[in-house]
Amino acid sequence: MSLDADEIKKIAMLARLQIDESDIPSYVTNLSNILDLVAQMEAVNTDGVIPMSHPQEEAGQRLREDIVSEENQRDAFQAIAPATDDGVYLVPKVIE
Amino acid sequence: MSDIKSDMYHLDTLAELSVKLQAGEVTSVQLTEYFLARINKYNDELNCFITVTDELALADAKAADEKRNSGNAGPLTGLPIAHKDIFCTKGVKTSCGSRMLDNFISPYDATVVTKLKQAGVVMLGKTNMDEFAMGSSNETSFYGAVKNPWDVNCIPGGSSGGSAAAVASRLAPISTGTDTGGSIRQPAAMCGITGIKPTYGRVSRFGMIAFASSLDQAGPMGQSAEDCAMLLNAMTGLDEKDSTSLDVATENYMTDIDRPLDGLRIGLPKEFFGEGLDEKVDSVVRESLEQYKKLGAELIDIELPNSHLSVPVYYVVAPAEASANLSRFDGVRYGYRCKDPVDLYDMYARTRGEGFGAEVKRRILVGTYALSAGYYDAYYLKAQKLRHLISDDFKNAFEKVDVIMGPTSPSTAFNIGEKSDDPISMYLSDIYTIAVNLAGLPGMSIPAGFADGKPVGLQIIGNYFAESRLLNVAHKYQQVTDWHRQIPEDFA
Repeated sequence: MSLDADEIKKIAMLARLQIDESDIPSYVTNLSNILDLVAQMEAVNTDGVIPMSHPQEEAGQRLREDIVSEENQRDAFQAIAPATDDGVYLVPKVIE
Repeated sequence: MSDIKSDMYHLDTLAELSVKLQAGEVTSVQLTEYFLARINKYNDELNCFITVTDELALADAKAADEKRNSGNAGPLTGLPIAHKDIFCTKGVKTSCGSRMLDNFISPYDATVVTKLKQAGVVMLGKTNMDEFAMGSSNETSFYGAVKNPWDVNCIPGGSSGGSAAAVASRLAPISTGTDTGGSIRQPAAMCGITGIKPTYGRVSRFGMIAFASSLDQAGPMGQSAEDCAMLLNAMTGLDEKDSTSLDVATENYMTDIDRPLDGLRIGLPKEFFGEGLDEKVDSVVRESLEQYKKLGAELIDIELPNSHLSVPVYYVVAPAEASANLSRFDGVRYGYRCKDPVDLYDMYARTRGEGFGAEVKRRILVGTYALSAGYYDAYYLKAQKLRHLISDDFKNAFEKVDVIMGPTSPSTAFNIGEKSDDPISMYLSDIYTIAVNLAGLPGMSIPAGFADGKPVGLQIIGNYFAESRLLNVAHKYQQVTDWHRQIPEDFA
């Protein structure tokens, strides 16, 4: 399994990850090698095998009452944000 | 102090220091000053710590001494510790080894940190690690490589490399680590210390920066099984803040630590002793197995027929979960934000492009690809099915044996730079540890000897919730051997 430069660019776009043009050849090589490693999975028949998403599936999902359990810590959390104003997080303008 | 040797606190285990504190032979302030001085002397050379919290440590040590004077001390009160920089620590920089979080002062404590604070430990600082715990050599850290105290040209293992090297060089009596595919056990092996990854769900993951949520688990990294048992006692338990934390009774891991090993059935997977294993590592491990026979154990050959698939499965599951977890680093709420973004997309892409290092980017890309439309069934679903088969192998094995043993890693510590350009060969360093995370089982690594002057680790794997048994099995070995008491010459 190998990926080409265009595929790497498309995946990077999906991941919102800027990668330098000069690094693309090494991503092509490394990611293709990783996918070759992963391709060993194909050799095993897994028909009828139940997927395991979590090591403690038999314990089930613990649920709790739907009640407020957190106190408001907005000021503490926003104190470490890159840009805020009057309680909201600021990002570059989205709508012209 | 009456004699000079009693001042060599770095030669003491955590258990021994605890006795000295209780006997009033030393105060927490004295211990804390002692270890801070060692950090000050050696950290430039080893690069174990990203942050040293000296002022905070001395204040906490003073408080611990006061607690002891008022008769309220527990076994851990006043003992110094180092936390891996993956655990959120309120008011203290928590970088996760990344440029992305270089400016991040956590507004809260991880549950592990809270619990250990309540037990009275004194944090000396935050240890270096592979960026977002993605690596097996500690070379992917934004803060540079950590050096192995046994040979400063070598890597300490990873991702908890700073925690392992800090304990090996006795800059801290004990530390915390996390293990997603071997990140406690592999560096413990390469640095000649003892580390345990508990059963998935034993220790809360709240406030532990997430890498792969179905695999991540925290544990202690110390000088001995006894030390790890002491610390683990204060780390486990149900946490409402982590929905995967399990509602099982907590145990005192010291209670059965001295239990004799007569009749212990040790399984030896043939897959762990095959091609790819360094001959010298193999012979050290086999010698330690002979020691277990002398202790009354029986060695039984077993098979884990799907274990060869654990590396491929892991490199789907872990990157897939990582790509989802790391989507939170977007430059909006905390951490790094790129300069002068022109629009929202530019801000996301450049923040992440500039904030993450090469290995993290590789894994985000692999994970994004594996989860993208049209590929989910072929990769993530297939990997989850194989994960079930890998897990069933262990289930079958534990019907015949009590514990499983083998090498922790196929080789001893390699040179810095040797594998950094070859991700695949780096990944194979975790070939014996990864299956344990996929199954969610507890596993540990203990020092078993040396090959060419570098430490070799023996891995011990147990059934679900068998931490007490693992620590017992490790402790009995450490009572008849002294590999765990060896200290690298330059730091003795």
